[in-house]
Amino acid sequence: MNLLALDTSTEVCSCALYVSGEASSQHEIAPRQHAELILPMINNLLAEASLSPKQLDGIAFGKGPGSFTGLRIACGVVQGIAFGLDRPIIPISSLATLAQLAYIEFEWPHVAAAIDARMQEVYWGCYALDENHLMQLQEREQVCKPQAAMLPFSATWAGIGSGWQTYHEILSTTVGNMPIQQEKYPLASAMLPLAIDAFEKGQIVAPENALPTYLRNNVVQV
Amino acid sequence: MRVLGIETSCDETGVAIYDSAQNSVTHLLHSQIELHAKYGGVVPELASRDHIQKLLPLIKNLLVDNGLTPREIGGIAYTAGPGLVGALLVGSAIGRSLAWAWQVPAIGVHHMEGHLLAPMLEPFPPSFPFVALLVSGGHTQLVQVDTIGKYTMLGESIDDAAGEAFDKVAKLLGLGYPGGPAISKLAQQGNPDRFIFPRPMTQRPGLDFSFSGLKTYVLNTWKTHVQDEQTRADIAYAFEEAAIDTLMIKCRRALKQTQLKCLVIAGGVSANQRLRQHLTQLANELHVEVYYPRPEFCTDNGAMIAYAGYVRLKAGQSEALNFSVHPRWNMSLLS
Ligand SMILES: Nc1ncnc2c1ncn2[C@@H]1O[C@H](COP(=O)(O)OP(=O)(O)OP(=O)(O)O)[C@@H](O)[C@H]1O
Ligand SMILES: [Mg+2]
Repeated sequence: MNLLALDTSTEVCSCALYVSGEASSQHEIAPRQHAELILPMINNLLAEASLSPKQLDGIAFGKGPGSFTGLRIACGVVQGIAFGLDRPIIPISSLATLAQLAYIEFEWPHVAAAIDARMQEVYWGCYALDENHLMQLQEREQVCKPQAAMLPFSATWAGIGSGWQTYHEILSTTVGNMPIQQEKYPLASAMLPLAIDAFEKGQIVAPENALPTYLRNNVVQV
Repeated sequence: MRVLGIETSCDETGVAIYDSAQNSVTHLLHSQIELHAKYGGVVPELASRDHIQKLLPLIKNLLVDNGLTPREIGGIAYTAGPGLVGALLVGSAIGRSLAWAWQVPAIGVHHMEGHLLAPMLEPFPPSFPFVALLVSGGHTQLVQVDTIGKYTMLGESIDDAAGEAFDKVAKLLGLGYPGGPAISKLAQQGNPDRFIFPRPMTQRPGLDFSFSGLKTYVLNTWKTHVQDEQTRADIAYAFEEAAIDTLMIKCRRALKQTQLKCLVIAGGVSANQRLRQHLTQLANELHVEVYYPRPEFCTDNGAMIAYAGYVRLKAGQSEALNFSVHPRWNMSLLS
């Protein structure tokens, strides 16, 4: 199985490639440069793995939540690639990717992933490790005031993501003190295990049905 | 060569395939007018969200409708600017990555060059050099076109664009969006002798335009009269005449100044029937030729982008994988 994964939901532009058991990846912290960076990155990864685009079986992308424009860059790019190659798309939550990253890097089994949503709000999702070493969503993801963030059950939680940087104090008062990693972003490399699992379970969509999950839907200022 | 064209710079999702062998084009369009209508103008975030939902299904339908397989597409063109940044990014991301997957060249097109070249899709296209009047929702420009990519700006609006003026006047008269067609329709019921509005910036030399004063004049007239149906129609008539006459005066000057014998009009306002009548008169009087696109290619569409892209690709230009968009982009910087 060969999968490509990419995420441009935050300041980081990242992509990863899984070629029959071998993973490779690239990322760069580059706000507002995702359009320029993403396709060259993908092209490089494939070239280094001597893989032609047609050998890909599916394409995963960070569907959000995150920067609206970033979500649409990733979404547009995977729509184009998947339609062009006639392959399915695997949409993966960027909060799930963050949680998976927390497990990969720190072995935390209970993770509160938070991305700064601007406008005094945070994208919030709590994840717990399953028996296959994959992070599973507990309850639901939401955009909310940091004062309204909640943990689904009591356990030894840890926090990850930019939301913990912007709203550290409020979040600590609301859900309690816990170990945190603030300067972490959803990396495509951490998305890979989730994408492989989803692909095997058939959690795929046709290219035109892959759309961003914005969470924030009241976008008209009147 | 067949080129797929993608237009997503504002509130229309347009796709088309231009076939150079036949000089023919086929296109599909999804308009967001209803989506934005209740907000009284285009909401950029809503526009981007709609483009990403509609674009790929449109491309699919276009290929299916024309019985084309990917192998038969030789290149992809998409609007890279000017326009709304989020909306431009949708068309560019899908267009550029699709070209990568199909292994064909891609090109980011200047939206106004697209408008400018739209008359080339007609059975009797203009030949270079010519004077072009671009009149759309965001632009009012007189351009000397020596050849593709050689554009000299002769004059432009210092405030509102002509189409914008139609839209604003329509709004203050309580007509719907887009204002151009609404004003035109109502003007047919207008009494030509009731009001005469000023022709802004025609007393002074030069080829620049200004439409915001005319809009204010309309507002004052509307406020100081009994606001009945007839008055509304009379104002629509006087406004349309003043706007068109102003455009005509400047076109006349531009033709004289450049000594060129060919005039091209493009952009949404070029769909205006009275404008076309006046142009025919002007053409006869000055012994010049006048060209415009068919009405459906006056406003935004994928066909003009497919064609402009074809011309650029044929000239050997293309965009590398590191695509970018240009929300503001001066056409005279093209080459
Ligand atoms: N029959 C008409 N008479 C006058 N104006 C018209 C007519 N039909 C359309 N318009 C005007 O044309 C404009 C839309 O044209 P177009 O789609 O070319 O503009 P745009 O794409 O919004 O702007 P730009 O091309 O400058 O970025 C609107 O302002 C509309 O009112
Ligand atoms: Mg336009």
